[in-house]
Amino acid sequence: MAVLVFADHDNASLKDGTHKTVTAALALSPDVDILVAGQGAKAVADAAAKITGVRKVLLAESDSLGQGLAEAVTALVVPLMSGYDALLTPATSQGKNFSPRIAAKLDVAQISEIVEVVSASTFVRPIYAGNALETVESADSKKIITVRPTAFKAAAEGGSASVETIDAGAGAGKTHFVDQKLVKSARPELTGAKIVVSGGRAMGSAEEFQRVIEPLADKLGAAVGASRAAVDAGYAPNDYQVGQTGKVVAPELYIAVGISGAIQHLAGMKDSKIIVAINKDGDAPIFQVADFGLVADYKSAVPDLMTALNAAGV
Amino acid sequence: MKVLVPVKRVIDYNVKARVKADQSGIDLANVKMSMNPFCEIAVEEAVRQKEKGTITEVVAVSIGPAQAQETLRTALAMGADRAILIQTDLDLEPLAVAKVLAAVIAEEAPNLVIMGKQAIDGDNNATGQMLAALLDWPQGTFASELEISSTSAKVIREVDGGLQTLEVALPAVITADLRLNEPRYASLPNIMKAKKKPLDIKEAASLGVDLAPRLKVLKVAEPAKRTAGIKVETAGDLVTNLKTAGVF
Repeated sequence: MAVLVFADHDNASLKDGTHKTVTAALALSPDVDILVAGQGAKAVADAAAKITGVRKVLLAESDSLGQGLAEAVTALVVPLMSGYDALLTPATSQGKNFSPRIAAKLDVAQISEIVEVVSASTFVRPIYAGNALETVESADSKKIITVRPTAFKAAAEGGSASVETIDAGAGAGKTHFVDQKLVKSARPELTGAKIVVSGGRAMGSAEEFQRVIEPLADKLGAAVGASRAAVDAGYAPNDYQVGQTGKVVAPELYIAVGISGAIQHLAGMKDSKIIVAINKDGDAPIFQVADFGLVADYKSAVPDLMTALNAAGV
Repeated sequence: MKVLVPVKRVIDYNVKARVKADQSGIDLANVKMSMNPFCEIAVEEAVRQKEKGTITEVVAVSIGPAQAQETLRTALAMGADRAILIQTDLDLEPLAVAKVLAAVIAEEAPNLVIMGKQAIDGDNNATGQMLAALLDWPQGTFASELEISSTSAKVIREVDGGLQTLEVALPAVITADLRLNEPRYASLPNIMKAKKKPLDIKEAASLGVDLAPRLKVLKVAEPAKRTAGIKVETAGDLVTNLKTAGVF
């Protein structure tokens, strides 16, 4: 069987989610190719060719692929699937957008956000916000799968696969790209960061959120996250949201500041290696999952933590 | 302009799902059920568009057991004009749901479908995209803003790291993200009025659609529990512990 992995990238650089998805793909079959769909993305294809275990890299380029439009990606991928038994896509907002469209065009199910490959047809995926893990066996001839990157280790680099340029497909049809506004940040991306500092509703305002959370994150070289409550209240932008309806993260260190630990939030961070909770309510549910809990008001605890980090030479 | 709003009856989002002891699924006996939160946002958006005058009719549709009538009554109380229940006791997968919706659309001929981006039970985030594929309609997923004109819709979408704006030709499928709006609570007079609004019931089997599951659920298990660690007294102790744990 042959597996196609859809590369996660921003046209300029290849993202780590690709390496993790390759690991999942190699658990299905040794024959793994990577598809780089973009515009001006030759450097991405060259980087993908270095991932160990990859047979070859396909590069397709057009404006609508560079904009990641679901209709264009579907038009490209559906004909390619005659040569593959499975398509694995990192479960990013782009992957979640086009992958089900491809599945329906092929008249097969999508297996969403797998966290484990049991066999080439059996997979484990979270349901009910991660409160349960479902093991499903697929009877479809082709498996269309999205992969939760945080559940897999990144494949190593050191290979030298060939890069083959292919036709870009039929385009986006009735969908037109207007514009895209991405937040420019020197901080690491939330889903790939080694350390994440998140703030909750206790911050009380957007100004306070920035004043407290951001310096701590910058001190640690961390990404900034937020609970849904903080996002709903307008203290932090939507793409900071960690949880069932936001991003799922699994960093080495997760620091939750002023977050009570609703089920919704825990679903997005409970696979972090070490969890630190700072909350003045000692009974907050966040302490039930925290490795280290500090029962204190963040207003004094965060400055104290900054001082202690400085003293320890971090 | 007519909009179709599919809604799903799911476990209430405040209730913690519990796995059955025999690992066959989630225990839903005597559990509070409600409209899926993202579907509520979709209904709210359709009703607001109607209030703005861009839409003239809002039709809510649900696919599920007889009790899904309650979910449809909620949509009617929020402001939908009429409702359709496609009744089945099967737990349909997103592809089958999309096929049923495509059959309903063939009859209803709406100009637009607005639906939730994902249901909080299966967490698939697939049905809207699949429906758009089956109809060969454009899709505007994860919408945080929607502007409808006579022949197209401008959709601002939540993407990783920011926002993307697309213009899709109508008819199209739009899926609602969290920030699209804040759904209203239905008022008592509107709940009373909703009881008199039309609600048609059809058997799913009568649509001649392939409802067969493609996935076999082998088991549903509880994830490994995290155990609580230790409480530290000071920020200094915290840093010492993190150093010992090898983080720094």
